Amino acid sequence: MSTMYEVLPGPEHFLPPAAASMGVRLPDPGQAHIHGKIVNEDEAMEVAARQFLSAKVPTIFPGPLVLWAWNEKAAKKATAIRHLYETIKESVSPSQQAMLIPMPDYRPKYPKINPEIEINPNHPNLTIWHNKIDACMFVGVHCHQANLSLKIIRGGTYCYTMAMCAQAGHEDAMVSFRDATADKIMRLADWVKKLKGSVEPPKD
Amino acid sequence: MSKERIKIAPEMFEIMPSEYQDLVDRATYGKEGRGWKDIGTSKELIEEHSLCAGCPESMAFRYILASLPAPEDTVMVGSTGCTSLVFPHVGVHNIHSLFGNQNAIASGLKRALSVRFPGQVKDVVVLAGDGATVDIGLDMTLQAWFRQEKFTTICFDNELYANTGGQESGLMQKGFVAKMAPVGKTFEKVKLPEIARESGCHYVVNCTVSKPNLVEKVIKNAIHVAREIGPTYLQLYTPCILEIGKNSMEGLQEMRDSEKPTERFAYKEYVSDEAKELLTELAAKEKERKAAAKKQLAEKQLAGKA
Repeated sequence: MSTMYEVLPGPEHFLPPAAASMGVRLPDPGQAHIHGKIVNEDEAMEVAARQFLSAKVPTIFPGPLVLWAWNEKAAKKATAIRHLYETIKESVSPSQQAMLIPMPDYRPKYPKINPEIEINPNHPNLTIWHNKIDACMFVGVHCHQANLSLKIIRGGTYCYTMAMCAQAGHEDAMVSFRDATADKIMRLADWVKKLKGSVEPPKD
Repeated sequence: MSKERIKIAPEMFEIMPSEYQDLVDRATYGKEGRGWKDIGTSKELIEEHSLCAGCPESMAFRYILASLPAPEDTVMVGSTGCTSLVFPHVGVHNIHSLFGNQNAIASGLKRALSVRFPGQVKDVVVLAGDGATVDIGLDMTLQAWFRQEKFTTICFDNELYANTGGQESGLMQKGFVAKMAPVGKTFEKVKLPEIARESGCHYVVNCTVSKPNLVEKVIKNAIHVAREIGPTYLQLYTPCILEIGKNSMEGLQEMRDSEKPTERFAYKEYVSDEAKELLTELAAKEKERKAAAKKQLAEKQLAGKA
């Protein structure tokens, strides 16, 4: 099946197709994908950094795999994520608002989540809408829940989605990395620092 | 076994919603002698629930979660019904099974946990309604008991299918007319406690949840006996106030009325000889622990005065 389908910001429609069913395939080690096209990892790093720097509300969504200190590896990733967030915060203009919003677990919360301070995979659009998030990155979210979130976001919002996946990546993200490590997250922070000042901030 | 299992990454602590911070700071995971009296002074393992106001099932849920001897090493297996609306809000591992197969799931789970964590205590507790336990899942319930599976089965008996509008269940009392059972029940309430005893359960109790200290005692007994000896069964009356035409405030009185000596939820207990021996041993240990704690407190106070 040839890949004509591009994974682009939505709103696509209520039930966007799974990108995999449209022919988008996952990158091999050392690669990433942008809008469904396989590229080398550095190219995707640059695109991701530019997205963070040009968004009005660049946001990182850390999931349970990094929010909780399960082991040393998880704790290192948490440190790297915090560093990435601080780097984005320092690198954007005052009109931009960088955010770090947790996805602490996956339960359908009652009566509903507080979209100001958390995101839930069953209705991630609430957090995106509430905070007017236009670029986000998921990291440390179990793959099934990340896929669910990415599809809902693509379906109902205009947010640009990125995935820093510790496994094989996500077809449903607009940019997806694979085999995420603390070092890889730090490298992305370096890209943000490197491009600081060279990316035009968003227009009001 | 303690809160060491649930540490938030330090860099992420401040961004976590307060209920998670509380769970780490103020919950009673790992606390020796935890029980219903911790309710109100510590973080409960149940967040806001979605049951009706005044629902006795919500009280039962709170008492049970407060009484689990080792919540961090417990997996609860639920089934379809009102309980499945609560499980997403509890701070204990849980599995939602298909309607009726909860005891089959629990059997496999308990065995898998024994293989995966040899030598470690891992409790499995089934919590399901009367429809799942006695009607749809009776086969799985009984087979688990016949096989002497080492876990506790708790039935929240509200005597009908409350969640779907009031259909007749096997545990409904004879003659009762419900919204979706207009003719009235034509046969007797199934005597599951007696069936449990005959099927090999080592600890069986039939009671209401009007007295939290009693609920705590039976929960702890049932889990300890299941851990060491074999299957245990608790049938707890948690009336559905909506389906029996009561108001929010009347749930407690309904339970009190139903536990009178001549009523169907008069306290009934069966303990096998093996279980009796174990419970006597545990009671002696608990007495020792309490005496030691009392002594320690007195010494501390004395030292403080000096």
